[in-house]
Amino acid sequence: MAEHIIELQNVTKAYGDNIVIEDMSFYVNKGEFITFLGPSGCGKTTTLRMIAGFDLPTSGKILFKGQDISQLPPNKRPVNTVFQRYALFPHLNVFENIAYGLRCKKVVNEYENDKGERYSRKEKLTKKEIAEKVKKALEIVDLEGFEKRSVATLSGGQQQRVAIARAIVNEPEILLLDEPLGALDLKMRKEMQIELKAMHKRLGITFIYVTHDQEEALTMSDTIIVMSDGVVQQIGTPKGIYDEPANTFVADFIGESNIMSGTVTGEKKVKFCGKTFDCLDEFEKNEIVDVVVRPEDIHMCAPEESQLKGKVLSVVFKGIHYEITVKVGKYELVVQSTESRKEGEHIGLNISPDGIHLMKPKYTTNVFDGVITKHNTVKFADGEFECDVTQLYPGSYIDEEEYLVLPSGEKLDLTDTEVTVEVGLGDITISDDEEAGGTTGHIISIIYKGDHYRLIVRTDESEEDFVFSTEDLWNENDYVSVIIPKEKIKLALKAVEVKK
Amino acid sequence: MKIPRFSRKTLCIPYGVFLLFFVIIPMLFILFYAFTDKQMHFSFSNFVQFFSDPTKFSTIIYSLVIALVTTVVTLLIAYPVAYILARSKLKKKFVILMLFVLPMWINFVLRINALRELFNLISQAKPLEGLANANYFKTVFGMVYDFLPFMILPLYTTMLKIDNSLYEASADLGANGFTTFTRVTLPLSMPGIMSGVTMVFLPSMTNYVVSDMLGNAKVTIIGKFIYEYFGTNWHMGSMIALVLLIVVFLSTWLTGGFKGDETVRGTNL
Repeated sequence: MAEHIIELQNVTKAYGDNIVIEDMSFYVNKGEFITFLGPSGCGKTTTLRMIAGFDLPTSGKILFKGQDISQLPPNKRPVNTVFQRYALFPHLNVFENIAYGLRCKKVVNEYENDKGERYSRKEKLTKKEIAEKVKKALEIVDLEGFEKRSVATLSGGQQQRVAIARAIVNEPEILLLDEPLGALDLKMRKEMQIELKAMHKRLGITFIYVTHDQEEALTMSDTIIVMSDGVVQQIGTPKGIYDEPANTFVADFIGESNIMSGTVTGEKKVKFCGKTFDCLDEFEKNEIVDVVVRPEDIHMCAPEESQLKGKVLSVVFKGIHYEITVKVGKYELVVQSTESRKEGEHIGLNISPDGIHLMKPKYTTNVFDGVITKHNTVKFADGEFECDVTQLYPGSYIDEEEYLVLPSGEKLDLTDTEVTVEVGLGDITISDDEEAGGTTGHIISIIYKGDHYRLIVRTDESEEDFVFSTEDLWNENDYVSVIIPKEKIKLALKAVEVKK
Repeated sequence: MKIPRFSRKTLCIPYGVFLLFFVIIPMLFILFYAFTDKQMHFSFSNFVQFFSDPTKFSTIIYSLVIALVTTVVTLLIAYPVAYILARSKLKKKFVILMLFVLPMWINFVLRINALRELFNLISQAKPLEGLANANYFKTVFGMVYDFLPFMILPLYTTMLKIDNSLYEASADLGANGFTTFTRVTLPLSMPGIMSGVTMVFLPSMTNYVVSDMLGNAKVTIIGKFIYEYFGTNWHMGSMIALVLLIVVFLSTWLTGGFKGDETVRGTNL
């Protein structure tokens, strides 16, 4: 078994009330090329910074070869970092930048005195040793002869190489790379990807790489950790993550996907797009599942011998393949193929069982903690909604003074009663008009599910999420108000009984 | 009506006139007076007299020492303040910065007067009565008090520009706090130090209001000297002013103030 060089145990990082990393645990094998992948703000850079020592975890442990290093300062850790914006020292030339770490280092040298006794001394590296090491590092990054150049005169790519040389010259056990290629143009980025990968092989040290570029992650990594919202979504090999995404987030984030809602109709059988398909995943019968199909797993054929029939909506040439959007009933499916089709053409589609991935939907309903307020409204998720409180007590009604009257004639004042609020995925609508709904928030996620969109709106104050489906197209980060019809708000009393 | 149009050159005329009458012509006057005698004949007598008179020469040295001590003390106080302010994540650091800069808004003669009264009050206490005659100490104290904002501001703005990731990179490469300071913070804040030093050192050689008010008129610095000579002997006064000009020129040149190009000092990347 490979040695765990870095292990995170239940690491949480919070800035004040804002939790950026929540209870994160994973390990990194020695010599691995591991990538933290996720959209911006998912906590991947924070995780890297905690390993480097720039940020300390709020709770939990970071182990290096089994030793707790969570509280060590960065200069005491056997890791080196390649920074996002390189962070080269502007007042030093290329040589001095690379030699910076070497000049700080002390090594144990063995000596023999006149009597032949051996002794050791902690010493700084000699000028000659430093010069040799810098030269070697410059060779590795292909910048021979750049020693005397000022870093301000270098191009972005060259600065990037100096930054890498400055880190690897210290022979760290782990090299941390924080979106190192983000500032380079596409061609240069592709070149550096290959070079970094080769460097990783040659040096044999562990690389921890942070990126939001899924293609970069798939190309370079041995292992990918997909993160979102400060939580690990999936850990696996690039192929494993691409072929078997753990949930719709991963499926949507990595590669192109068709994501639809389906129902399990029997053993290894699932119904979506109005047809029943064979699949390989097993779920309970009648369970509602998310179905993920990669565009390249949908095959076009003649309509007669197909499972699905549809009409071509659009064809886009993508270089090595065509991306064809096909309308099947009310669903839109994206297909990738090397063959082209004409717009408006009627075609058939087949999906083989191993191309269909079923996963438990992350959300089936919205649940909030709420409090009944004075006017028989309920307060939750930073807002107040009209609701029907009589549902809490069967047969009750509200009298003119707004008291709830039980069938027995007893009057109740429900103000401040704590309740659980449940709202279905289909019962929420949103509006541009901030005043229209009970609460407001920003759209934080949009996933297309074949015939509708799955949206998540997060309120600003308490960061409650509303998950719902809509057929309208919205933009991420839109500021909207959340509308829920009175009769769709289901209330339940909390376990604690109301005092009468 | 025709709207008059100004070219860029015409817009320069007012400043050019100002420059001519208030900088160039007075400079020529100084030069003229410095090398003439009372009969307006060309002469080196002022020059010879200045350097052969020990009191005149020692005044220059005194001024230099006072200015130097003032500058060093100001730098030692201002540097940590600027550093802490620039690196702190405080939301209200603007307020703290204002507290240091605010005294500049009050007339400085008033401030120095207040300081003198304060010294008088303190020196009435028995153990501190030595303060009454500590003229040099009080002069330097007053100058430091007066010039502190001029040191803090350039230092603060230079340090604000140092990217936090450079400190992180330094720590990441194994440097401890001290090494990071000597090898990153100090060299990168050098432009701030230089402009701060220029802003404090030069005025503190000539600011005789402070030395007069706080030094019981016993501390004579070169500015006072020039002022006094212009009451009686314009020729000698001009010579002293000329010597001061050369000292200023030399010190500016030595600190690299004429390069004007900040990349030389490594602030840009």
